[in-house]
Amino acid sequence: MEHYNMNLTLKVWRQKNNKAKGGFETYKLSDISSEMSFLEMVDVLNEQLIREGQDPIAFDHDCREGICGTCSMYIDGKPHGPWHANTTCQLHMRAYKDGDTITIEPWRANAFPVIKDLMVDRTSFDRIIQAGGFISVNTGNAVDANAIPINKDDADASFAAAACIGCGACVAACKNSSAMLFVSAKVSHLALLPQGQPEHKGRALNMIAQMDKEGFGSCTNTGACEAVCPKEISLENIARLNNEYLGAGLTVNN
Amino acid sequence: MKWSEFFTSSIGKKFVMALTGIFLILFLIVHVGLNACIFATWFDSEDHGAMFNKAAHFMGANWVPRLLEIGLFAGILLHIFQGYALEMKNRSTRSVGYAVKLGNRGSKWYSRSMGLLGTLVFLFLIVHIAQFWVPSRITGLEETIIDGKPYHDLYRRMIEVFQQPWVVALYLVGCASLLFHLLHGFQSSFRTIGVVNKRYMSLIQATGVAFSIIVVLLFALMPISMHLGWVK
Ligand code: SF4
Ligand code: FES
Repeated sequence: MEHYNMNLTLKVWRQKNNKAKGGFETYKLSDISSEMSFLEMVDVLNEQLIREGQDPIAFDHDCREGICGTCSMYIDGKPHGPWHANTTCQLHMRAYKDGDTITIEPWRANAFPVIKDLMVDRTSFDRIIQAGGFISVNTGNAVDANAIPINKDDADASFAAAACIGCGACVAACKNSSAMLFVSAKVSHLALLPQGQPEHKGRALNMIAQMDKEGFGSCTNTGACEAVCPKEISLENIARLNNEYLGAGLTVNN
Repeated sequence: MKWSEFFTSSIGKKFVMALTGIFLILFLIVHVGLNACIFATWFDSEDHGAMFNKAAHFMGANWVPRLLEIGLFAGILLHIFQGYALEMKNRSTRSVGYAVKLGNRGSKWYSRSMGLLGTLVFLFLIVHIAQFWVPSRITGLEETIIDGKPYHDLYRRMIEVFQQPWVVALYLVGCASLLFHLLHGFQSSFRTIGVVNKRYMSLIQATGVAFSIIVVLLFALMPISMHLGWVK
């Protein structure tokens, strides 16, 4: 692909801290290379801000290779920007052309309070995982991986669900700020495997109880989460979570 | 887990919405089937609404449909109240909104507008119940003699009511709202009760679209044909 440089206008949400009232700031950037990643472009802007003695924009990032789920920018109305099945860190500037204006906002949900600028607090996801997103195994030698035969289709579906990186784009995109796609991925990847069976009832019940406590909304199956998920987690997982939850809720004996 | 915890959890509330929704879908089949009897005059010129009046009579005649009717009103009310409660809760989860919206890039407009569409259907229902259910069950209607027996002339009532253009317009708005409410609601309710199987889900999706369109078209045809004199 041909390389080119571009001048851009950025409208970025700035907010000093959780309590402060934020607002948009407009920045001009020149000579941005089409070969930069989106976050490198923000790095360039931050260096410019530091040189000018201003506060750089706070944003989350870690692996910058689309696997950790840390980056989280709501770019021109879409979590992780314009590309399909992509994270912010894997978005590249060739998606833009000279003269474009780009609006960047943080994830918006009361369960994801803004820490600063574009950084939000996603520890609510950690607490949901702690409530049941695990299996209990004894320590000691690793068990032989093929000790329990697993149907290939189930293994594949489980693996696809396990691809969720916990970024929270699903919540950011959902009109109800529902975390159901995330929770359904975390419930499904275990529920589909025999190893997940012993704890499957408590898992669904406890994770949903925690999800409700954190203030996420109810799922209304609009599908916005699936459309923006960088890992293409399917809505089918939400149906499976409903199934797991209802099955457990209607049959538990205490 | 207490029952109260189950039914007040986010999924429990949606479960109630889905079950009442499916119940109301079943009711629509009965309702549209029964009312389609007005079209009997297209096949039998001597009918003059007799088939429809008899069918409507049956719905109030013994305790089985009467009991179902009570269940129906309870189901509608539960669906409405639970729907508003969920809508309010869901709207409260994002205090600061976005400057640029995702909009139709992520979902269908009608999937995001179930509260609005439901409200339109609800407003329509108030007028509809006042126009037909109240006179037929409470305040009384003119009678007609079919095969030597007296029946409420609900058919005549329909023809009279549908002479006014504003009523026809209102019914068409009601039908359009119901169409989009069903297009989302039909498949969504089955997802909510936990249908995971892909083969069943695609069957449900196709059935849902066909059901929504056919049922709503039949309903819409009723005021239109009576207004235009296709059914006399
Ligand atoms: S389901 Fe997708 S969008 Fe949601 S947290 Fe997981 S990877 Fe991110
Ligand atoms: S920084 Fe790790 S996924 Fe984007």
